[in-house]
Amino acid sequence: MNDVHLITITVNGRPSEVAVEARRTLADVLRHDLGYTGTHVGCEHGICGACTVILDGEPVRSCLIFGVQADDATVETVEGLAGDDGLDALQESFSEQHALQCGFCTPGFLMLATALLRANPEPTDDEIRDAVASNLCRCTGYQPILAAVRQAADRAASPDTAGSEGNGWGVWEPHVDVPREAEQPGGQ
Amino acid sequence: MKPATFEYHRVGTVGEAVERLGELGEDAKLLAGGQSLVPMMNFRLARPPALVDISRVAELRYLTREGDTLRIGALTSHLAIERMDAPELLDGFSFLKEAAHWVGHYPIRTRGTFGGSVAHADPAAEWCLLAVLLDAEIVARGPGGERTIAAADFLLGFLTNALDPDEVLVEVRFPRPASRAALHEYARRRGDFAIVAAAVAVDVEEDTCRSARIVIGGVDDVPVRIGEAEAALAGSRLEAEAIEEAAQAAARAVDPASDIHGSAEYRRHLTAVLVTRALGEARGSEDGARSKNGAG
Repeated sequence: MNDVHLITITVNGRPSEVAVEARRTLADVLRHDLGYTGTHVGCEHGICGACTVILDGEPVRSCLIFGVQADDATVETVEGLAGDDGLDALQESFSEQHALQCGFCTPGFLMLATALLRANPEPTDDEIRDAVASNLCRCTGYQPILAAVRQAADRAASPDTAGSEGNGWGVWEPHVDVPREAEQPGGQ
Repeated sequence: MKPATFEYHRVGTVGEAVERLGELGEDAKLLAGGQSLVPMMNFRLARPPALVDISRVAELRYLTREGDTLRIGALTSHLAIERMDAPELLDGFSFLKEAAHWVGHYPIRTRGTFGGSVAHADPAAEWCLLAVLLDAEIVARGPGGERTIAAADFLLGFLTNALDPDEVLVEVRFPRPASRAALHEYARRRGDFAIVAAAVAVDVEEDTCRSARIVIGGVDDVPVRIGEAEAALAGSRLEAEAIEEAAQAAARAVDPASDIHGSAEYRRHLTAVLVTRALGEARGSEDGARSKNGAG
């Protein structure tokens, strides 16, 4: 006999009532019961962080919480970041810094970094690295993700000046092989 | 994977939790932060027929100082320890705030609890090491009332504690401040489970080490105290040679197993390295503090 509970949950400002089996994780409640498929499910044991959402103000692995535990809770998912006028500042930075390739891990990183920058609006490079180490990305090699979070933090700190200048990890630029004469023995 | 079916019971007080555990029988489990239990359930390594959710029991969420003693409510999150900022808590207990940084990842620390980690009894868990290191007392409440268990007697083996099936761990008490205590560990990725962890505490008077404690995690079924390494420090000035001697004594004394994460030989090597780093930090050198930001 399945154990079903009626819960009230507010996702990105919209309250819902949903009947959930006790064993249903918050990640599956968001995806399957409420349609917030931006939250991705990777490892289901708290290692990859793809399912990171913000629960009552703090970042959590939604695969390690049962939906029934989120009764009366407020959840923020990646769907809540962009507004009517487009991507939010962090998403813009991810785009500019090429901090995503396949995109599977991106919602988790965005929610993780959103929580970090709220709790600590002016993080050091080491604090960003420490937080970003929570999640796994198999494409980017992480440097662009670090650069994106750095850029978003710097722009928020001084919105008038920050932008195209460099940061701790360097703004990503396409690598172009330009032969230099000095490196061409014999010259051509 | 998805967990097997179970019955979910939410309780609001410790009394209700004890009562419910008694009704449900010994296979029912407490659910606190869930950061160790839920992964095991998702992989069906654990299939409890019923969970008693104590995560909303407000009476177990506190950090208080009473004289020399620091009392930590079982549901205090790792993040709350990491964010400790009251001077009366930090005075003599700042090692907890430092060590919190090693516990899991940021989104794990928001949910995971101090009492849950101690009850889970992972032999490389930071709070288990520090509890053994500093003679912490574990307070358990059951149908017959409360009892206090010394940390070394509480951790019985790999993921095995001394609680009765209808008892709830309600508090961990650190009886004395330790101004020179430190924990270092190594993991392949920052925030992952430690392959080896070392916790040390030294008592220094007039530049001389009166006594030392050294506990290693990840090398046995429980955190182990290394008397040989402690003896190497007593009476020393914690100079580099004494620390090296203690580190080598610790490496010789441990008897780790080899597994997918590292060979026994590698764990011995890590033991010496981490004892050195932890002693460096406990002594007050900047070397220890710096290396903490590097590896791990």
